[in-house]
Amino acid sequence: MAKTKSTAKVSKEYKTISQIAGPLVFVKKTEPVGYQEMVNVRLSDGSTKRGQVLDSSEDLVVVQIFEGTSGIDREASVRFLGDTMKMPVSKDMLGRVLTGSGEPLDGGARIVPEKELDIVGAAINPWARDSPADFIQTGISTIDGMNTLVRGQKLPIFSASGLPHNEIALQIARQAKVLGENNEFAVVFIAMGITNEEKQMFMSEFERTGALKNAVVFLNLADDPAVERIVTPRLGLTTAEYMAFELGMQVLVIMTDVTNYCEALRQVGAAREEVPGRRGYPGYMYTDLAQLYERAGRIKGKKGSITQIPILSMPGDDITHPIPDLSGYITEGQIVLSRDLHRNGIYPPVNVSSSLSRLMNSGIGKGKTRDDHKAVSDQLYASYAEGKDFRGLVAIVGKDSLSAKDRKLLDFADLFEDRVVRQGIDEDRSIENTLDIAWEIFKELDVDQLTRIDRKYLEAYLGK
Amino acid sequence: MSTEGVIYRVAGPVVTATGISPKMYDVVHVGKEHLMGEVIKIVGDYSIIQVYEDTSGIKPGEPVTNTGLPLVAELGPGLLTSVYDGIQRPLPVLRDKMGDYIFRGVSAPGLDREKKWDFNPTVKKGDEVTAGQVIGTVKEGSTLHKIMAPPSLKKGKVDSISSGKFTVEDVIAKIDGQPVQMMQKWPVRIPRPVSEKYQPVIPLITGLRVLDTMFPLAKGGAAAIPGAFGTGKTVTQQSLAKYSDAEIVVYIGCGERGNEMTEVLTEFPELVDPKTGESLMNRTVLIANTSNMPVAAREASVYTGMTIAEYFRDMGYDVSLMADSTSRWAEAMREISSRLEEMPGEEGYPAYLAGRLSEFYERAARAKSLGGDAGSVSVIGAVSPPGGDLSEPVTQNTLRIVRVFWALDTKLRERRHFPTINWLTSYSMYDKQLSGWYKKNVAEDFPALRGWAMQILQKEAELQDVVQMVGSDSLPDEQKITLEVAKLIREIYLQQNAYHPVDAYCPIDRQYKMLSLIKKYSDLADKALAAGVQVDKIAYLPARQRFNQAKYEEKVDEELAAVDADFDSQFAGLGV
Repeated sequence: MAKTKSTAKVSKEYKTISQIAGPLVFVKKTEPVGYQEMVNVRLSDGSTKRGQVLDSSEDLVVVQIFEGTSGIDREASVRFLGDTMKMPVSKDMLGRVLTGSGEPLDGGARIVPEKELDIVGAAINPWARDSPADFIQTGISTIDGMNTLVRGQKLPIFSASGLPHNEIALQIARQAKVLGENNEFAVVFIAMGITNEEKQMFMSEFERTGALKNAVVFLNLADDPAVERIVTPRLGLTTAEYMAFELGMQVLVIMTDVTNYCEALRQVGAAREEVPGRRGYPGYMYTDLAQLYERAGRIKGKKGSITQIPILSMPGDDITHPIPDLSGYITEGQIVLSRDLHRNGIYPPVNVSSSLSRLMNSGIGKGKTRDDHKAVSDQLYASYAEGKDFRGLVAIVGKDSLSAKDRKLLDFADLFEDRVVRQGIDEDRSIENTLDIAWEIFKELDVDQLTRIDRKYLEAYLGK
Repeated sequence: MSTEGVIYRVAGPVVTATGISPKMYDVVHVGKEHLMGEVIKIVGDYSIIQVYEDTSGIKPGEPVTNTGLPLVAELGPGLLTSVYDGIQRPLPVLRDKMGDYIFRGVSAPGLDREKKWDFNPTVKKGDEVTAGQVIGTVKEGSTLHKIMAPPSLKKGKVDSISSGKFTVEDVIAKIDGQPVQMMQKWPVRIPRPVSEKYQPVIPLITGLRVLDTMFPLAKGGAAAIPGAFGTGKTVTQQSLAKYSDAEIVVYIGCGERGNEMTEVLTEFPELVDPKTGESLMNRTVLIANTSNMPVAAREASVYTGMTIAEYFRDMGYDVSLMADSTSRWAEAMREISSRLEEMPGEEGYPAYLAGRLSEFYERAARAKSLGGDAGSVSVIGAVSPPGGDLSEPVTQNTLRIVRVFWALDTKLRERRHFPTINWLTSYSMYDKQLSGWYKKNVAEDFPALRGWAMQILQKEAELQDVVQMVGSDSLPDEQKITLEVAKLIREIYLQQNAYHPVDAYCPIDRQYKMLSLIKKYSDLADKALAAGVQVDKIAYLPARQRFNQAKYEEKVDEELAAVDADFDSQFAGLGV
């Protein structure tokens, strides 16, 4: 479906391919061709493939082919379409399932576009941005209570293979709501290189909960061409921008798995013989990822918003790997999943210590969640960290060598994981409920151990 | 010499043109849409241009025009409160012209051409003036904006000068036959000249206890803040922009988050400058080139910011410049270098990375301007090392130049110890140079007190190794007390809540008072121990709870005095 505007003049066809390497085709001696212009390549068997211009000079044009170059020979004819890539968008897209390059996958009709938008979104003028401040209740205590998500934020889930990130993403998509408001809500689901099984799981979930009618799904599967994977999130985000800023909807974008996207980026970079950066990933990966993540946000005077939950799996559980690392520098925090908690049978296995929401402070407090929210969250973090430290010590010297106060902290850490972190996959906790659970476990500590909480909240909420 | 040529090749932000004969770093206009670019390499007849805007759809054969001039910043009244992109286009004007998104091909001058300013001459006809000398003033908010004779002027007599309302382009004076405007243009890549550089001997007071006491930065010095993501680089930078005692703040958001800039843009106008009682925005110039805006403009943004900072320094102001983040700047260099197919240095960064970084940080200085005023530019550069690994090239090359190092620590972040500045690995090489100032302006024993606190923290680190092995119960009593005192220093003194109305800014005398109180507790605790009091009684002294809370109380100074009295009475109760 992503296609180019038909131009009035018929463009020339060239049969001057000089070289084919990886996903790239080199074409000699053409009329002037625009950078990033769309290209059609007709093969000798009559089929066509699409591509995009990566480098354009008077002598030579380099074209990147989306579907891969298999079957292309030097006899293939190349036609430049005179325009950059556009995404046709329409309100009727809700409820549709599309391929990674935007073709209908659900057997439905083609979408009649209301508009065609450039898929490389322009940067939002920082002056035009509105600061995210509306609390989104996900119903998950570790997120709502300690790493609060707000509307317009980009908050990724840092996961790893074998951890239940998909379940958590679905739970968020199912439960997420802004309190006290009834806005039009939509989900744009962008799958990049996920397996067929994962796709089945997502689709059946969407159908089971009826979420599909408010969603647009883009599916680029593991066996689809890698180059297409680079286009898929841009199509999805263009759709999201249209729904948020032109139709005024509250859009939640779930992207999975960013790691597959980055692998595709590396593959294409290598084919272009670029100088690689860290671990072979292209040096411009930061800018490239920023062009995806920064499309989240709110705009002054517009009703809608884009909130992003990208999911990425950390290769080898390594948070310093370039993919989570560069993402973390762009996104406004991260939810990190822990294999240890998962092994202990705790769902959702959120490692709060390394998780963070940078926009939390603007979305919580009196009038938004509850006045004690910040203090409670700080105290949970501090006491849990102290308690966890004692676990290591106890392993060496035994529980008996701890003072009574230290023992309380040790027990607190267990209690925290069991009561606050652990919850059911369909358990939708309100923010009051989350905070009340925290106050219940605070009762197990001495009052003078609650150093992060102002006296007035202790008096108001601790009531023993 | 031709100024008109054509595009030969387009590859991302790098465009090659033929037919123009530019000088290096000349600004050129590229394509039918007149995209702004800068010549960064010349090979025979081919000029290689980095373009500050998106090049999609640009074709070989489109025209290229050379302006013959380097990239300049426009300097004059109207800079303060402005919000610019990396090449000094005002973002509010861009929004008026093209809506919520930044599209390309729109130019907008850095200074408002229409607005009239009230110019008051300070020299008169017949006076002899030299380059950089102040010839008049303009009130810009509460700041006295000094209008200086252009640096290009040798020496000359004032032929005429007028007072009244003028735009920045109006001729306000004639000196030696030359017409003079309020606006100056200065090439951003060249440092503005000074007549003499001074030794930095005055600290930049920030209101952050860990910085002012432990690791002070001198006015005119340079500091680096490296830290993995989430350790609070931006929060620290923003605290410094809000509370440091600089008169002018230039804040460069270089390749960072859009929402973060929005936070600055919404917060700063609401905050009040304690010295003037006006909005903080009135002393601030913001440069916002977010991560998804063109990389070439990101590369230019730090120079634009630095030039503006130097301009205010020349008026005799103390300026602090925050660059968040210099790593993104280095990455922009890397990206452009790789498009040029240059031979890469370490980790793909260009070989000239170290040179560029030192040129930039060397522009920080306390100096006497050509006009004779003493001013300073202090630079605080955030560094975002990949994976928090400080051995990477940008951090290492930065540390070779700057003399203050504020190391942010992920471990501290995990236990919500903010600011996350690690007291063991950070350093300031200005501490000796500045101790004279502290003795004179705070207290004679301030440097000694600081030394004592650092020693306790160092001892704690050693003891912690033992505690990790055998538990704290097996330590002798004196060492248990050392741990308790260290805990006070960490929790009460080093931790500071950047969002708390009272605690966010801690004046330097209160810092002294708090640290003296901790010392007092330590001394009394030693005495109590010598008198045979049990460690637990000392550790759980009720006054400590009050001390913990004191910094958050509205009447914090009274509360600290009360804690002081409580220490006396409660230790007396223990028989000391």
